[in-house]
Amino acid sequence: MDLILVNLIDGLVTGLLLFMLSAGLTLIFSMMGVLNFAHASFYMLGAYFAYQISLALGFWMGLLIAPLIVGVLGAGVERYGLRRVHQYGHVPELIFTFGLALLIEELVQFIWGKNQMPYDVPDILNFTAFAISGNSIPAYKIFMIFISVGIFIGLLLILTRTRVGMIIQAALSYPRTVEALGHNVPLIFMGVFGVGTALAGVAGVIAGPVLGTFPGMAFVLGSIVFVTIVIGGLGSLWGALVASLLIGWITTFAKSYNVEMETILNTIGLSTPENLDENIFRDFWALTSPQIADIIPYILMVLILIFRPQGLFGKRDS
Amino acid sequence: MSDPYQDTKGAEPKKQITTRQVPASERMGAGSFIMTIAPWVVASAILMFLPVVFTNNSALTIMNQMSITIIFALAYNMLLGQGGMLSFGHAVYAGVGGFACMHIMNMSDFFASFPLPLLPIFGGLFGMGLAMIVGAFSTRSAGTVFAMISLGVGELIAACSVIIVAFFGGEEGVSGNRTYAQPFFGVEFLQQIEVYYLTAAWVIISAVLMYLWSRTPVGRMANAVRDNPERAEFLGYSARWVRFYSFVASGFFAGVSGALFAINYEILTEENLNTTSSGIILLVTFLGGVGFFFGPIIGAVAFTLLQTVLSLQTELWAFYAGVLFVATVMFFPGGLAGLIMMHVPAFKLGKARLLIVPYLKTFVPGLIGVFGLAALVEMTFHVRHSAQGDNDITVYWTTFDTHSALPWILFGAMALIGLGLVRATAGSLREAWNSANTAGGAA
Repeated sequence: MDLILVNLIDGLVTGLLLFMLSAGLTLIFSMMGVLNFAHASFYMLGAYFAYQISLALGFWMGLLIAPLIVGVLGAGVERYGLRRVHQYGHVPELIFTFGLALLIEELVQFIWGKNQMPYDVPDILNFTAFAISGNSIPAYKIFMIFISVGIFIGLLLILTRTRVGMIIQAALSYPRTVEALGHNVPLIFMGVFGVGTALAGVAGVIAGPVLGTFPGMAFVLGSIVFVTIVIGGLGSLWGALVASLLIGWITTFAKSYNVEMETILNTIGLSTPENLDENIFRDFWALTSPQIADIIPYILMVLILIFRPQGLFGKRDS
Repeated sequence: MSDPYQDTKGAEPKKQITTRQVPASERMGAGSFIMTIAPWVVASAILMFLPVVFTNNSALTIMNQMSITIIFALAYNMLLGQGGMLSFGHAVYAGVGGFACMHIMNMSDFFASFPLPLLPIFGGLFGMGLAMIVGAFSTRSAGTVFAMISLGVGELIAACSVIIVAFFGGEEGVSGNRTYAQPFFGVEFLQQIEVYYLTAAWVIISAVLMYLWSRTPVGRMANAVRDNPERAEFLGYSARWVRFYSFVASGFFAGVSGALFAINYEILTEENLNTTSSGIILLVTFLGGVGFFFGPIIGAVAFTLLQTVLSLQTELWAFYAGVLFVATVMFFPGGLAGLIMMHVPAFKLGKARLLIVPYLKTFVPGLIGVFGLAALVEMTFHVRHSAQGDNDITVYWTTFDTHSALPWILFGAMALIGLGLVRATAGSLREAWNSANTAGGAA
């Protein structure tokens, strides 16, 4: 029971972190109709910038400044890159962001090298908040939960309750009408892209100390973010939240309980072959859930795309 | 024998530019046997004679790598360029084909009576089989859903390579020995040059087959489905099945390239399947130009050279490749092939030579500027990452101290002057370009 609680908290942290990335990506997707492949790269930039700033000004200034820089960079990418490529169509746009992701990874290696950066949890949060039957929960995890939930509520309020949010939402669906009403739609797009990447930056700042700040960090999360928003339904903020939490919990539970494929297959009525060592399916029978924890989301995604291509909460078809 | 139509059309109809609508087929030289066959004959001749020029083994390895990439990139372009399907996991079809061939190589009894040159067919069949399974559900639409499924399947199979050790060999991969095959007309494929000719033969075969495929009704309909699936449906074609056939054919040729990889390197690992390889083939294809059949060939040659030659010169080759790729997407979405084809109108008008001098005036300083920039980049990297006290760097065959000011000033000036001259001459180049592409006027 206690272990379940610990896993619930761990999964919540993973899920909310994933949500912060996918929220920005969802915003950008619903705006431009293009999946930003470089999104996780902005997350990585957030972590690296925050590390560099924290050396001079401390963690909290990093949390404040790094996302701003990332957001401005993102807006610049939209203004001088994506907007230019847009005229060639959607596929080149997708390829552009893909190339950008490669380039950012190379740039980060160029500036900071290939090793992991010593970017640590700030001292003020470096203690055990509480313990559940011997499993200690660090305060930093609680901090991560609060930040993520705060961002989700803030985003939801801005989008649904304010005038700015109204204009953004209208610009997503009816850009021409909004433009006719006197709003600068390209500027709105640029702003939303900036905010989306800044969100990724925030995720990077707070994930950097726990998940490690190294040049491969974007690659690790890069495709799982897509999986999240595809499962949740492209363009749906609630879908992104549900899918992030789902993935967070599934992977955490799969990793902490060692369920063997043999047990599952035996339960559903299949008997273990007699000489397993010579069977060509021996690897399949020997599978354990921690082994496949990281690919469960991909299986889930492929299944969802087959049976419900618009995702769990999606309204539009691709 | 005189042409009966000659007189009715007037004298020398080919040499003057008229307003007569020339059918596309005639413009392309369709129906002319020589026009169709010539590129292939030339390509085969080049492939035959390349080893005479470049004799050492490392050059042969580079050329083998090039050939394998060419087949893979052509197969990829069958999806992306002709069918409009953006795949982020195409390496798995090549990889699975290659792994299957590796296992055939390791079945000693069967392999001993098997001629090696036929192995790529098996690789292709395995790639095709996987493509049929995946294609059954992924080809319903070409857009984002297809891209995402390809990514998911790619990640899944790449992850399987660590889990399903019996087939993928886990971390260390699967290795085999090609020489255990039955000798093929006395050739045992002990030497690199023999493998080269095997690969070269398969490049020509696959390229011809893929070209012919693009001329079949399915290949043509793939273009129609790419451009407007709804209209293609109205014409009575199932967009889904057309995509499926393209996907399966592409899987076949990807499998062929995987098999050739297995023959050439005699080892396959997770690297042959993962998303990085899938990304690289996208890069290669796009760099070459997706709108043209021969684009991926140029892309594969250019990229392999970049990878092998440049990576010997600098650690930062991937960085330059990234810059090149992003610049291509932003400024030349047609890729290298697009750049070449841009010049066809000027050649047809007989004004291409007008461009030579403006080109030299702009591109020579441009090249100097780029070299200056690259040197600055190399020096910055060296200053940041070299060991303490190691101040010397060798750029462009000269060795100097990165901590002294002179080289910085020198290369900075090189970059500034070079790029400045590009800016200054760009206007006249544009004028020359416009006049070269306009009919009439002084040629």
